[in-house]
Amino acid sequence: MSTPDTPRLSLAGVTKTFPGVRALSEVSLKLYPGKVTALVGENGAGKSTVVKVLTGIYQPDNGAIEVDGQPVNFAMPQDAERAGVTAIHQETVLFDELRVAENIFLGHAPRGRFGLIDTATMTRRADEILTGLGAKVDPHAILKDLGTANKHLVAIARAMSIDARVVIMDEPTAALSQTEIEELYELVDGLKAQGKAILFISHKFDEIFRIADYYTVFRDGQLIGDGAIAGVSEAELVNMMVGRDVSQIFPERTRDLGDEALKVTGYEHPTEFSDISFSLKRGEILGFYGLVGAGRSEFMQALFGITKPSAGTVEIEGGAVTIRSPADAVSQGIVYVPEDRGKQGAIADMPIFQNVTLPSLARISRKGFLKLAEEFALAREYTERLDLRAASLDTLVGNLSGGNQQKVVIAKWLATEPKVIILDEPTKGSDIVSKAAVHEFMAELAAQGLAVIMVSSEIPEIVGMSDRVIVMREGRIAAELDRAEITPQTLVGHAAGISEAQA
Amino acid sequence: MKKLLASREILLLVAIGVLLAIISLRFPAFVAPANLLVVFNDTSPLILLAIGQMIVILTKCIDLSVAANLALTGMVVSLVNIMAPGLPVLFIIIIAIGFGTLLGMINGLLVWKLAIPPIVVTLGTMTIFRGTIFLLTKGKWVNSHEMSDAFKAVPRTDVLGLPILSWIAIAAVIIFSIMMTRTPLGRAFYAAGGNPHAATYAGINVGKTQFWAFTISGAIAGLTGYLWVSRFAVAYVDVAGGFELTVVAACVIGGVSIMGGIGTVYGALLGALFLGIIANALPVVNISPFWQMAISGGAIIVAVVLNAQANRTKGRIILKRAEHAT
Repeated sequence: MSTPDTPRLSLAGVTKTFPGVRALSEVSLKLYPGKVTALVGENGAGKSTVVKVLTGIYQPDNGAIEVDGQPVNFAMPQDAERAGVTAIHQETVLFDELRVAENIFLGHAPRGRFGLIDTATMTRRADEILTGLGAKVDPHAILKDLGTANKHLVAIARAMSIDARVVIMDEPTAALSQTEIEELYELVDGLKAQGKAILFISHKFDEIFRIADYYTVFRDGQLIGDGAIAGVSEAELVNMMVGRDVSQIFPERTRDLGDEALKVTGYEHPTEFSDISFSLKRGEILGFYGLVGAGRSEFMQALFGITKPSAGTVEIEGGAVTIRSPADAVSQGIVYVPEDRGKQGAIADMPIFQNVTLPSLARISRKGFLKLAEEFALAREYTERLDLRAASLDTLVGNLSGGNQQKVVIAKWLATEPKVIILDEPTKGSDIVSKAAVHEFMAELAAQGLAVIMVSSEIPEIVGMSDRVIVMREGRIAAELDRAEITPQTLVGHAAGISEAQA
Repeated sequence: MKKLLASREILLLVAIGVLLAIISLRFPAFVAPANLLVVFNDTSPLILLAIGQMIVILTKCIDLSVAANLALTGMVVSLVNIMAPGLPVLFIIIIAIGFGTLLGMINGLLVWKLAIPPIVVTLGTMTIFRGTIFLLTKGKWVNSHEMSDAFKAVPRTDVLGLPILSWIAIAAVIIFSIMMTRTPLGRAFYAAGGNPHAATYAGINVGKTQFWAFTISGAIAGLTGYLWVSRFAVAYVDVAGGFELTVVAACVIGGVSIMGGIGTVYGALLGALFLGIIANALPVVNISPFWQMAISGGAIIVAVVLNAQANRTKGRIILKRAEHAT
């Protein structure tokens, strides 16, 4: 790779491990002044970890970070900020109730006499920075009154206010409309002209080819390739991202499809998704793939009755049902294992058996009273089926390890004897061993005749587990792929909206 | 953790024992069984209200309107008694429970349907309830001689050596501990407060559960309203003024987590007894009421510190060794 001059910032041989996971393995990354480097990789490839290393939130186990050729050590986020490295995050970290100028200078506001904040200077400098960015934002405005795009500008202005020399943009366009994205491109061009080194993280290939000068591809925490964007094609990038043999690590399944378990027709929501129709058979695993923000979880929550769709019908085993609340869904045999199991799954201050039986209380009650013997029997049956090891079913769930808490959550749903189970990112954040266990288990569920919907952003999982895949993009079904058509390339192609995705 | 929770209640029981021992040094007659029964009877209204409040706090809410509900319902039944002196007391009690339930439902509906923070809702209804008493009476008192004898007699009537007031408190402890441990609704209270998200996914309507908590709290406050005005044979605007804070204090001392999801009927009972003993003992041992407030306040802080220690998250178990040890 030919280099214009010395990199503004470089990582060399950086490794970061977490218990059970090697998040980064000997990766290198170079950012040049006045150039945009695109960081590409699927979820779990290590992009977020790199951002956290660059901004001093994580400290690498080994490897070197250099700024302008000088070795540096970012022990704290403040160290990175002092070195001029700043990140603009996916969900912009700003304060809705504060004024624009206050947001820009929070933590480093100019001080006047007696150490008080010099509001006049602060406002003037905020205005200068915003004007320099070409942003028409009033520094007096309250942040919550601004649109998403302008909030991004404020975040970028905040980065400028600390004299940033390296700007990290983590999926900056995820929440922007098309015109706003165009404005962002102009802004990035402006930053380039000022000589900033920019790291641009995106899943969208059109953006990468529009804006980046260089690319770096990560996969499974390793550097796969880098170079000038001019010398690479979309297909080559996709191959670098996903290219691996995924067939053998997944359980072999005999696909024995039964009758139709679930049929959804024309599900609509005013802002989140539109025209979702599909059907699902007993014993089938249906994958839902898409980029973050493609509307998969939003649709699933509507299907489960948490939000209300504006149109659409659901049939379960051939009979039309109305689902207006999670209680309706559970009683109709649909259960949802949410993505954030810590927050939405288990109740930490309740014992195991009470967690397991929570959605099944009606079944273990007689005349309005709980039958404790039946409750224990139900809890024991399903915890044993999942091989949950705990001293006693009286143990509070909060005292269990993460893996065991997950088993409690799954036992809870199986105890309702569902017909359709929705698993939202079932292995997100898991290490290889627990992933394999979850996949094994999913295959078992399907073999027992359950209809499984698996929402996942992990391509190997989708490819390895699904009988059929629905790819969503921008709230709509972009493609429905049969077993034979599911390849990493077609998935990424449909999800990212690449017109022709051959590899 | 279950052991720890039990031990927290045992700890409180020990604290009550120590308190009684100290008092008996100064005034041995206080711990005579007959006097302790008097103290229990005197604490019964606090026990009742603390049980209702405990249920509300379990669901991550708070009911500041209990004392005002008590006062308003007490006034309403007093006025009913004046207008219809011959109405049997059983109907008076039904009216008290019904009216209190209604007031509780107002709180519950505002919290459930309009999603207004419970502290704001009940602060508002607290003031409205008190103001309503003033509107009903123009600030006048209902005095002993205006109430019928039957109306005044019920809470004081002895049955098997205990006044009915005490029996009602005992019955409430039994009924509500069964409800909390043995019914789906009782379980829902714990789930809704322990983790509202998880409860929602489990098919529990969190808002509706909170509504029922406020309704129960209101019903208990209404019943206590009748018991209170008939026992003291007087009803006026400021009956039980500020008592809602004593009720919350009893819950907190009794180990009910203000964050929701943790608490038992027995905890509320013990917390109320602790405060009841202090309130009854200090005057007889000649300690100024200001000390009483300081001691109650100290007990609250100690209880909160103990609860915070017990509930501190132990962090993630990463070491294999530690996992096997648990």
